[in-house]
Parts: sequence; structure tokens; C-alpha cells
Amino acid sequence: MSGVRVLVGTRKGAFIVTSTGKRKNWKVSGPHFGGWEIYHVNGSPADPDRLFASQSSGWFGQVIQRSDDGGKTWEPAGNEFAYEGEVGDHLWYDGKPRPWEFKRIWHFEPSPDDPDTVYAGAEDAAIFRSTDGAKTWQELPGLRTHESGPRWQPGAGGMCLHTIILDPVNKDRMFVAISAAGVFRTDDAGTSWQPINQGLRSEGIPDPNADVGHCVHRIALHPSRPDVLFMQKHWDVMRSDNAGESWREISGDLPTDFGFPIAVHAHEPETIYVVPIKSDSEHYVPEGKLRVYRSRTGGDEWEPLTTGLPQANCYHNVLRDAMAVDSLDPCGIYFGTSGGQVYGSADGGDTWAPIVRDLPAVLSVEVQALP
Amino acid sequence: MIRVVLPAHLKNLARVSGELRLEVTGSVTQRLVLDVLEAQYPMLRGTIRDRQSGNRRAFVRFFACEEDLSNESPDAPLPDRVVKGEEPLLIVGAMAGG
Repeated sequence: MSGVRVLVGTRKGAFIVTSTGKRKNWKVSGPHFGGWEIYHVNGSPADPDRLFASQSSGWFGQVIQRSDDGGKTWEPAGNEFAYEGEVGDHLWYDGKPRPWEFKRIWHFEPSPDDPDTVYAGAEDAAIFRSTDGAKTWQELPGLRTHESGPRWQPGAGGMCLHTIILDPVNKDRMFVAISAAGVFRTDDAGTSWQPINQGLRSEGIPDPNADVGHCVHRIALHPSRPDVLFMQKHWDVMRSDNAGESWREISGDLPTDFGFPIAVHAHEPETIYVVPIKSDSEHYVPEGKLRVYRSRTGGDEWEPLTTGLPQANCYHNVLRDAMAVDSLDPCGIYFGTSGGQVYGSADGGDTWAPIVRDLPAVLSVEVQALP
Repeated sequence: MIRVVLPAHLKNLARVSGELRLEVTGSVTQRLVLDVLEAQYPMLRGTIRDRQSGNRRAFVRFFACEEDLSNESPDAPLPDRVVKGEEPLLIVGAMAGG
């Protein structure tokens, strides 16, 4: 591998941070789209120089940008996200029905095989697909029109579809996660969907077997074992060994099991990473210490990773899309904070250093290993 | 020739600077000017008017001749001085938020 490219979305623009495969010295490019919120930037595995960026603002709405040269230049792409057919209602915070209304794109998941195919997760929750390189978008309406849709409610951050995972083995299978509806799976390439939330326990939901209503913050899997899913729920870190049919808690000895991101080591499918946050009312790391926790046993037993991370007077948060792993050996891990730092580890999390600091608040981090 | 001034973020998006000058034929209304603007600069679609409803986005305002035209009918004629090119139509990002 000749290098890595870290794609950073922030509250006020996008940044691209690059290094050689040694991952020691970093070059920062940006801000791209300065002043706009960049919820996500992601690259196509089929053509790593093709990037997609979700650019939005409360004033001017949603813009989609595409680059075909690794982020050197960008062109606006299609930004029409129309819900298919009758829009219907979901539940609002007051428990009353409210029509679906498009607000923004939270996440892109490019196809591993085709640089023109990319999926997009929207708020209000829906999944869209483009097969022409983001010029036009079509909804996969079977998800939004699932019979449970009228019972979905927004989380504090909005009713967002924030995670899309394309099963690397079964091409007809996808997983998505929605706050605060839960996890859904399709086994027919997005035509029909089923909620897969059995075993999740959420305080405040009277029915412990509720099929929807769970505030799932993030899910992740290792490509070699696509039936094993890991989840950071609002509270609780969870695991499924049967493609989401059932879940069990693996929070174990974490100091707190509230958090947002979760990631899996690129080469060790039982090694996972979370960043515990104090609580849902205090969105910062506990005790003023920024600690990534690693489990090498697929959960339950966790160790704090602290070398190179601030261990006093740190009160940052790490958002759900702001952690990523590269595919080099040793595996690199990266995460961005609400304080504008992006930390990287080139040794699986044993040691850390900022690859860039003092950016606007970080919303998302992705990484590409470049040939 | 209709003169239009975009807010800074939309100038950057459309890769223009200064005032735009648009050839608009027929009865000059807010809707027609925006239709011509979006046809010429398609990347602006959805940034001034909602893509689905066609309504002005909440934090975008229209001013001309020292008047706030934001809540005028999109089909109302624009002021004469705008039609004659003596004054620009100002598209403004509302001062909102922090």
C-alpha cells in the first residue's frame, strides 16, 4: 500500500488528511465546502478516487458533491431525494402523526463492485440508491413503508438512517440502522425489510419485545463473518451471532456503556472498539479522560487504550460515524472528536497521536487504503 | 436583463462572483427569475426553493428596492426597477442561528 487517505466531515467543511503507509506524517487539505455541514464523506472501494460528500446547511438544504480525483476537485451531483408514492406518517415527539419530510443525507455506502452505485441514508429515515454515480437517486421504499413505519419516532438528533452495511458475501442482504427505530435487514436487495431488534432492552420502552423503538447508534461487522454484528446502542454494547435474529449484551466491564461509534479490527474479527461516553445527559468522556476501549474477545472483556490520548480535562464526544479502520497491517484506527481532533493509531490502538487537530467539530471519519 | 445577487455560499456553489445577469423574457416574476436562474445554474436547485414543494426555503429571503419580497406571491410581478435592470434582486441567507 502506498498510502492512506482519511476523509473527515465537520460542522464547517470537509478535510482530507493523507499519509504514506507508515502513517507518521500527515498532510491536510481543506476546508472543502467551508462553512457547510459535511455529515459524511466516503469513497468507492471499486474506484478509490471517486468520493461522495454530503454537504448541507440549515439555510440552503442538501447538496451532494462528487470527486473523481480523490478530492482534488469536486462537482455538484444530484440532490433530489423524493420519497416514492404516498409519503405517509411517522410519530413525532409529541406522539402525533407527522408526514415524512426529507432533511439531509447522513451516510453514504458505496458499492464494493461498481463505482456508479452508492446507497444513501436519509433523515427522515429512508434509504436511497444511485446507479449513475449520484446524478439521480431512487428510494428503496420497502423500508419506509414497512408496517412499523407509522410507529417510528425521531431520536434527539432526528429520525435518521445513519448506518448502511452491505453484506460482503450475500449480495442480496443489507443492514440499516435508524434512530430511534432500530435495525432492519433485507434479504432481497432492498425490496422488503424486517426489523431485527429482538434482545435489545431499552429503558423507557414498556414492552421488552418491542420490534421497533430502539435507539441504535451504530452497527458494524467484519467482512469475513457477516453474520456477526456488533452494536453500540444508546446504552448497551450488543452482539448478534445470527445476522441480527437475536442480540445479547457484551458491555461487560466497560466504565459506561453509553456511546456512539463501534468498529471492528480489519484483521481480527473478535477485536472491537468503542468510546464510552459518560451518559445520555452528559455527552463527553468520563473523568475527563479520552479512552478508546478495545475488546479482543468479541465483547465482555475490555481494556482502556490511553497512550497518546488526553487523560485530564478532556470533555469531548465522538459521534457515531466518526470512527474508522484501515486495512493495512498493522490495522490503523482513526476517530474524530467534537473538539476538532482526529486521532490515529497505526498499531491497532496501542498508541495514538493526533493526525490533525483544532478542526471544527468532527461529524464523520472514513479511511481509504490507497494502492 | 435581470440582475441577481446570490449569498456568498451560493456564489461559491455556482462558482460565480459579483452580480448575475439573467435574460428573462415574459412577465418578470420571482418564480420566472428563479426558474431561469436554476436552469442556468442547476447546482442551485433545492438550495433556494425546496425541491419537492417549490416553496422558498425558510431561511432564504428575497429583497429588492429596499423591500422584503420574501412573502410575496411567487407569481407577482417584480418591481419595475428590477425588471428594467436598475436594481438587483437580492437573494439573502437570513440572519439566523449562531
